[in-house]
Amino acid sequence: MTTTTSPPRTGTTRPARRTRRRLAPWAFLSPAIALFVVFLALPILYSVYMSFRTEQVSGLGLGADSRTEVWNGFSNYAQSLADPEFLASVGRVGIYGLLVVPTMLGLALLFALLLDSRRTRARGFSRISIFLPYAVPAVISSLLWGFLYLPGVSPFYYVFDQLGWDVPSLFSSDLVMFAVANIAVWGGTGFNMVVIYTALKAIPSELYEAAELDGCTQKGIALRIKIPIVVPSIIMTSVFSMIATLQVFAEPTTLKPLSNTISSTWTPLMKVYRDAFVRGDLYSAAATSVIIALATFVLSFGFLRLVQSRAFGQEK
Amino acid sequence: MRLTTGTKVAALLATTALLAAGCSSSDAGDSAGSGDAGDSGDTAAAGPVDLTFWTWAPNMEKVVDLWNAENPDIQVTVNKQDGGDPAVTKLLTAIKAGSGAPDIMQAEYQKIPTLVSSDALADIAGNVGDDVASGFPEGVWNGVTLGSDAVYAVPQDSGPMEFYYRADVFEELGLDVPTTWEEFADAARTVNEADSDMYLGTFSATDAGWFTGLSQQAGASWWGIDGDAWSVDIDSEATKKVADYWGGLVEEGVIDNKPMYTPEWNAALNDGTQIGWLSAVWAPGVLEGNAPDTAGTWEMAAMPQWDASAPATGNWGGSATGVTTQSEHPEQAAEFITWLNTDQEAVNALVKEAGIYPAYTPAQAEALAEPPAFFSNQENFYELAGEIADTAGSFTYGPNVNVAFSAYNDAFGKAAESKSQAEFLDAVDTMQSTTLDDLKNSGFNVSE
Repeated sequence: MTTTTSPPRTGTTRPARRTRRRLAPWAFLSPAIALFVVFLALPILYSVYMSFRTEQVSGLGLGADSRTEVWNGFSNYAQSLADPEFLASVGRVGIYGLLVVPTMLGLALLFALLLDSRRTRARGFSRISIFLPYAVPAVISSLLWGFLYLPGVSPFYYVFDQLGWDVPSLFSSDLVMFAVANIAVWGGTGFNMVVIYTALKAIPSELYEAAELDGCTQKGIALRIKIPIVVPSIIMTSVFSMIATLQVFAEPTTLKPLSNTISSTWTPLMKVYRDAFVRGDLYSAAATSVIIALATFVLSFGFLRLVQSRAFGQEK
Repeated sequence: MRLTTGTKVAALLATTALLAAGCSSSDAGDSAGSGDAGDSGDTAAAGPVDLTFWTWAPNMEKVVDLWNAENPDIQVTVNKQDGGDPAVTKLLTAIKAGSGAPDIMQAEYQKIPTLVSSDALADIAGNVGDDVASGFPEGVWNGVTLGSDAVYAVPQDSGPMEFYYRADVFEELGLDVPTTWEEFADAARTVNEADSDMYLGTFSATDAGWFTGLSQQAGASWWGIDGDAWSVDIDSEATKKVADYWGGLVEEGVIDNKPMYTPEWNAALNDGTQIGWLSAVWAPGVLEGNAPDTAGTWEMAAMPQWDASAPATGNWGGSATGVTTQSEHPEQAAEFITWLNTDQEAVNALVKEAGIYPAYTPAQAEALAEPPAFFSNQENFYELAGEIADTAGSFTYGPNVNVAFSAYNDAFGKAAESKSQAEFLDAVDTMQSTTLDDLKNSGFNVSE
């Protein structure tokens, strides 16, 4: 760092100037790198390290020196992958994703197209009211929906009762998946709609004029022009939604005490939470998190690879 | 170009799952070193000693104010916690980190073995007078010593279980207060026959502590210490008897299968579709909050019995106050917690402000002179409660209560949902094997 002491314009030698130029980008990057290392890279490395360790108790386990941390190899991973509860939670999240992602994105696309259509009135109001649920934190919305699901306090069930309909509780084991999925769809549609709507707004209006001159209907414009052009946005929102699906935690955790049907390992992340904070086993929780993170990588990359030629082909 | 950016974003987002685990452990790494855990109180000669106190008892600061006014040298600051489980999670994290723990900690009895096993609670046997022990019922004192010579906490309150019922509805239906479980089952049938929406109670798969109390009443003790090994005895005859009994009532449909402490259950207490509650001595406060419309209609009686000639009860809830291993002033902290839980003035304030049922017997008579406000119709409430409390059997908690309790939630949740008596019995087996396997996998000495 001798360069910083020398005056910038006068006697700077060529190599010194070159060094300074080489260092400049690093100086600009250093805050970002420092934050990345401290808050992302180190914690990740530490949890990977922890996932290979475990704590051994000796004797009765009472008193100061009864616990030692030891190397555990891949045992935590083997245990996680062989755990029927973990596998069941993965299966559950798979079904949940198949329910949530297409429904949510389908609705988001529909709403975006409706908002973009010329005949729509009260556009600002509709956009805000569809987006608003996204601004409600997942815990709050789960509590809200939880009240509506409980037959004893729900106004819906009161009406069903008055009408003489026998509607089963959404917390019964067959329906609880829909109860949780509904909250995610309710909360996520607005955000995805805004993303798709923004992409629709960017389409030049000449395209519509040309299509209309050729005698294309509004429906035709939507199907043949709008949807193909916003496919990249739909793919991006799909990837985000898939990742969110794999990490679903807040909704089932909030609903859990209201029902018998949501177990403490209902989703993979709930199992991580239970292992780490209920059972106090940070080590196997770390291993399970690593597995979930790797699965998320593979799924996201896999999905992008699958659709890239179709979506981004023209840019190649 | 766009693809690579997209993939990078996806990759970055994918790491958030990792972060969830990473963050929790990183504060363990970062903050280590600043605390000098284990330092004894001999450095405390100069200036007043400041102690922090983690508790979730309501209005505890008002009780602590009494102490602070009289003891300028030992000042205690209350740090409000959300409840028993989150406080223990926070404490264990602080212990692992090496700093950040309070001096004084409220701990539920079932958490004490877990805390001791993680070296979170200090042994204060040397700082607590010998006369203190004699003021507590043996079963309660056993909960803070774990049957050893050490003392890990001073008991604060206990939760002997009792039967709460709507006296007005009982009268209307011509029911007598059930004294045995057989009579309780008959009463449950009568209630449900009178109105198919009305239940004498519910089997709650979310309240493991409640089921533990019922099992304790039947004579179960889920853990035990044989020499230098733990034993797990959840699948004993006593627990099975309780599970079988409740499974039968749920299968029959005369006892509800929905969890307690839900908005639905609160509403049911208030609108008279739940007309009974097997609860503990702290129930009046809960009923007052959840069922204000039913004021003056509830009464309390002893639990229905398995053997009417040998009355027994279990405990649900209750906690003790301990000193953490990170406290630099264990002596002063022990002095404070002894005062808090055994001094007459302090116990009076605890009853009045925090609404607890004190465990210290010599202070009970004065502190519990009046019945709780919501039970002002039952003059002898605390007299009766005292008699019932004396019949509580002893129960040993193990170092992995959390594992057993979460196994209870999952296994009994499934059983209650299916309304099958056979599954209630399977659930007991699941709890036993999960708890035993966990102890073995962690390396505890376990005898079978």
